[in-house]
This record gives sequence, structure tokens and C-alpha cells, in this order.
Amino acid sequence: MAENQGVLVYLEHREGKLLPIALEGLGAGRRLADTLGQRLSCVAIGSNIAQLASQAIAAGADRVYLMDSPELADYQPDIYLALMGQLVAEARPQVIIMGHTDTGREIAPRLAFRFGTVAVTDCVELNIDNTSGRLLATKPVYGGNALAVFSTDTDPQVVTVRTKAMAPAVPNASRQGEVITPAYKVEPSVVRARIVRRVLAESAGVKLEDAAVVVAGGRGIGGAEGFKQLEDLARLLKGAIGASRPPCDSGWISDTAQVGLTGKIIAPELYIAVAISGSSQHMSGCSGARTIVAINKDREANIFRHARFGVVGDWKKVLPAFTAKVKELLAS
Amino acid sequence: MNIIVCVKQVIDPEAPPSSFRIDPATNRAEMRGANPVIDPYGEYAVEAALRLKDAGGAKVTVISLGSNLLREVVKKPLAMGADELILLEDAAYDGGDSYSTALALAAAIKKIGQYDLILCGREASDTNAGQVGAGVAEILSLPCVTLAKRLEAGAGNLVVERVTSAGYDVVEVGLPAVITISNEIGEPRYPTVKGIMAAKKKEPLVWKPTDLGLDASRLGSAGRKVKLLRLYQPVYEGRCEFVEGQTPEEAGANLAIKLREAKVI
Ligand SMILES: Cc1cc2nc3c(=O)[nH]c(=O)nc-3n(C[C@H](O)[C@H](O)[C@H](O)COP(=O)(O)OP(=O)(O)OC[C@H]3O[C@@H](n4cnc5c(N)ncnc54)[C@H](O)[C@@H]3O)c2cc1C
Ligand SMILES: Nc1ncnc2c1ncn2[C@@H]1O[C@H](COP(=O)(O)O)[C@@H](O)[C@H]1O
Repeated sequence: MAENQGVLVYLEHREGKLLPIALEGLGAGRRLADTLGQRLSCVAIGSNIAQLASQAIAAGADRVYLMDSPELADYQPDIYLALMGQLVAEARPQVIIMGHTDTGREIAPRLAFRFGTVAVTDCVELNIDNTSGRLLATKPVYGGNALAVFSTDTDPQVVTVRTKAMAPAVPNASRQGEVITPAYKVEPSVVRARIVRRVLAESAGVKLEDAAVVVAGGRGIGGAEGFKQLEDLARLLKGAIGASRPPCDSGWISDTAQVGLTGKIIAPELYIAVAISGSSQHMSGCSGARTIVAINKDREANIFRHARFGVVGDWKKVLPAFTAKVKELLAS
Repeated sequence: MNIIVCVKQVIDPEAPPSSFRIDPATNRAEMRGANPVIDPYGEYAVEAALRLKDAGGAKVTVISLGSNLLREVVKKPLAMGADELILLEDAAYDGGDSYSTALALAAAIKKIGQYDLILCGREASDTNAGQVGAGVAEILSLPCVTLAKRLEAGAGNLVVERVTSAGYDVVEVGLPAVITISNEIGEPRYPTVKGIMAAKKKEPLVWKPTDLGLDASRLGSAGRKVKLLRLYQPVYEGRCEFVEGQTPEEAGANLAIKLREAKVI
């Protein structure tokens, strides 16, 4: 069956710029295409997106498919999925890479099923098998307690990649590539689930995904009051606030603060985990931090297996003194 | 309204990571000392179904696929308030991937025949795949909305709030449809004593591959599209330096000094 050729990367973009996950996809895709000795293609869907082509070519693409039309300005999953289906049927790539994002999570599995196969989602490593030339996709399973290496015999081999897991492409403006505007058909009748409104709930201040310092609280914080204290520390360190899942579920803090497998994947310089046990699902979201510091009353808590520095104790006593001392040290 | 919820039996994802082990002989994982549970996101899906039932009345049918399904585990949705339980229980279903699992669930849903809504979890706690719901939708040619945090039934349609990394989308979908449920829907209810008693008495239907009209070669490990080549545990070196003090306050202050010395802050 393996007659399909090349690697196709789905490009996510905003305001005329490729998003980091697109550069990470291109970085991984270029490496795989080189190993296969095949072409790296990519596709962008949207309106007024011609300027993405040169960015994608600089980032390693040999071929850019642009589906650029005012009627594609707003993301509608059923339409985007149908367009991807048309392109894949035509271009017949061996490998399709999407980000494990809001979009990739919903499009990639359905796309794979349409071609009689399944995707491998949330991959942290991609390689080509030397002998078979097939894609080997590594992903965390059991909430991050284990890693699994998967492969498929059916083309296309569809994967989504975890944020910040792949080395991003380094742009080189002298690279050459071709731009193609493929024929496609937008059939409004394919839309059976329609996005009618997008609501942004993100708070002001440093964005969690971009913050160099993240101060995060867990179930042991006990309430919204405690998060105020964490916010003081975060502000002092010019960082952002994060949380494990229970504080979000309990409404102590916004859902968008959740760090982990089903929340945000972040890689700050410093991650301060307060009253978080360090479940594998939570660590999936923050184990890429350069330094993890933990405050927890339980010496056996799993978070200390990941932390570089730790204090065993009640955060209500440890944290105010810590914050005060940090303030003093930063002032001097 | 007829609602079908897909719920899986899994090893307990909330057990401490230190109890996790892989049996290299079988390539299977276990949580030592912890009993299996129903998949947490499946439980959120049951909760979502029961809320619709509370709001406007519904018949809620649960399907679980697997082998060695412990009755006290898979009956939990009944104890929570679901009406029927169908087990796809046979060695032939064992060791499947998202593909063969979705194929069997879709066949069972077709056999049930009457459905307005099919609910799945956003991802199972063992596979972390997030594909079976999408697969069922594609196989049955149904619309699909993923990562729902709120459902509201309208006239022949459903308004769904879908979690995004920056907030949420409001999605309108015609029925029947497949929806995958996220934890933002809210805590699943506890079974009541009355519910537990009723669940005890209720016998689940068990459907074998022949009941679904599916050849065993398309099910379980035989029907897989994705091959598991390796399963292993990542290792962490665990080099935490514990900062001490006479009092917790002193330990806190010492931690700040330590981070300063290490040029972390
Ligand atoms: C499929 C799946 C996906 C999931 N995705 C995520 C995810 O994305 N993110 C996530 O976080 N979770 C996720 N979870 C949930 C996860 O399994 C855990 O339940 C959760 O991470 C636990 O959060 P916690 O550490 O805050 O709470 P707990 O595990 O209850 O830990 C609380 C900690 O606080 C400490 N503590 C209590 N009081 C104090 C005090 N006064 N001072 C100091 N320490 C104190 C305790 O010693 C304990 O270690 C997911 C689960 C599943 C099944
Ligand atoms: N064996 C199974 N039995 C019943 N439902 C399942 C099974 N496997 C997966 N599902 C459903 O599909 C969801 C997503 O599973 P997955 O695609 O494996 O992440 C789960 O939360 C369940 O709702």
C-alpha cells in the first residue's frame, strides 16, 4: 500500500504569521523528508494568507499548498476537514503532521478514519524506520507513566505532535520552494457542526504559554484565596499563574490555567509547584521546565522525583516567608 | 431522547505513579495494589448524559468493550443513574486500537438502532488517544464535536460549548451526533444507595462478535491498524535537593536564598 510519497505539514497561523507549532511541525517534517529522500509539503488554509508561503519555504518546505479565500477566514472544522481530505486524496503524502492543538485534536483523527486508518496523537518523537521506511511515532500513554512507539502499514501515516516537543525549523530566507493553489471545492453542506461564536477567556498579564516563570498551585491550596498568594509571587517574578486540574475544576482559578496532558504544555525556565502531588498527567505539561521547585507537605509526593529543589512543609507557612525573602533578594 | 455513552474499564489513572508497572512479557501495564476503574472521561460523559436526562428526560444506554470486565466496575454508570448496560465482552475484542474499538462500538450502536446522541470521553486514561469518538462518528457518518464542556438540547439540535486553549467555542450541531466530553463539564455525581441497589439487580446484555455481525479478524488485536512496537517507562533521575530550616518559615526563606545562589531567580 505504501505508494504514497513525502511529508505534509498542516500549518497553523494567526495574523499572517506561522505559529510556533507550525515551525515545530516543519522542523520535524524536514528531518523526516530528508531521511526518506522525499519532498516536504505543507498546507495553509485561511483568508489573506499569501505571505505564509515565503515563511514556510524559509522554514524548509519544498512545496506550499495555499487554500486562500475569504470564505475560509473563519475556522469551521467540517470545512477544513473536507479540504484536507481533498488535498490528501490528490497529493497522497505518506506522512501527515498536525499540531496536538485545538485544531489537530479534532481534525487529525477524523482525517485518518476517512482514509481507513488511525492517527497517532500527541507524539513527542518521530523517526523513520531504516529498513521499512515507515514512520515510528512515540507518544506518552497511561497519562505519561509510559511511552509507546507505534507504526502503521496504511498510508497516510497521520500524527499530531505535542507542543514544544519537536525542534522548530530554523528559517533560512535563501531556500527555494514552489507555491501551489490547488483546486478545491467548499461544499457548505458538509458543515453539520457549526462554530457560531468564539469566546476568549484568557486573563491579562503574562501568557502562561510564554512565561519564563510559572507559579502553580494544586488541590492542597484549598481555595481561591490561596491562589491570590500565588499570584503575588508570580507578579514578583514577572511570571504567570498555573494550576493542576482540581483547582480549575473547583473554580478557584480559570480553566485556561490548567497545566498538563489535557491542559497546557509549557516549558518555562522555572516552575514552582505548590501543593501539587505531581501526577503523571500533570507532569506531562511541565516536565519540560528547566528547573522545577516544589513545596509539598508530603516528602513521598511524586513531584519531588521531578523537582530540583524542594521544601517539605505546609505551604501556608513556607510560601509567605519564601515570597518575602524573594522580594528582599530581588530588591538588593 | 436516546443517549448512548461509551465507557471503558481501565487501570486506575489516579494511583500514584510509583505503583505503575509494565509486564514486559505481555507488554501490558498495571497499577500495583489498585483496582480497575471506569475511565474518568467516560464517567464525565455519563454525567453529561444524566444532566440531559435530568433536564428533559432521556434513556441512557452505556456500552463498554473489553475482556474481564468486573461487574462492580462497569456497573457504576447504572448506579449513577444510567438505564441500560451493554457489554461487548469477548476475548476477540481484546488488545484493540482506536480503529478496531471504534468499529465494534459503531456496530453495537447500529444494532441498538435508536439514538440521538452518542457521548464519549475526550480521551481514555490509558491510550490518551482521543480518537474513538471521532472514529465512531466517521464510521456512522455522523457529525462530531470534541472537548465539550456544556451541552444544551434545542429543537432537533444541540448547542455545545467546546473547550479551547484560550476559552471556548459555541457550536451548533444537528442530531444525531457524536460528542466527546471534557472534565470542564463538572464533577460526576456519586451513585446513591438506591442507585447501587438497582444496579446490583440489573443484568447487562452481553454482545459477542457474532451478535454484531463482525468477523473476529476485524476486532481486537487482529483488527488493529496501528502496531505497538515498544512500551517502556521513562526514567527520572530524582535529584531533588531538600532545603531545610528550624521552622517551615525558615525553610521557605532558605529556599529563596538557595534559588538565588543557584541563579534560578
Ligand atoms: C486522562 C486524564 C487527564 C488528566 N489531565 C490532567 C492535566 O492536564 N493536568 C492535571 O493537573 N491533572 C490532570 N489529570 C488529573 C490527575 O490525574 C490528578 O488527579 C491531578 O493532577 C491531581 O492534582 P493535585 O496534584 O493538585 O492534587 P492531589 O493529587 O490531591 O495532590 C495534592 C497535594 O497537595 C499536598 N498538600 C495538601 N495540603 C498541603 C499543604 N497545606 N501544604 C503543602 N502541601 C499540601 C498533598 O501532599 C498532595 O501532594 C488528568 C487525569 C486523567 C485521568
Ligand atoms: N473499550 C471501550 N469501551 C467503551 N468505550 C470506549 C472504549 N475505548 C474507548 N472508548 C470511548 O472513547 C473515548 C476515547 O478513547 P480513546 O480514543 O482511546 O482515547 C473514551 O473516553 C470512551 O468514551
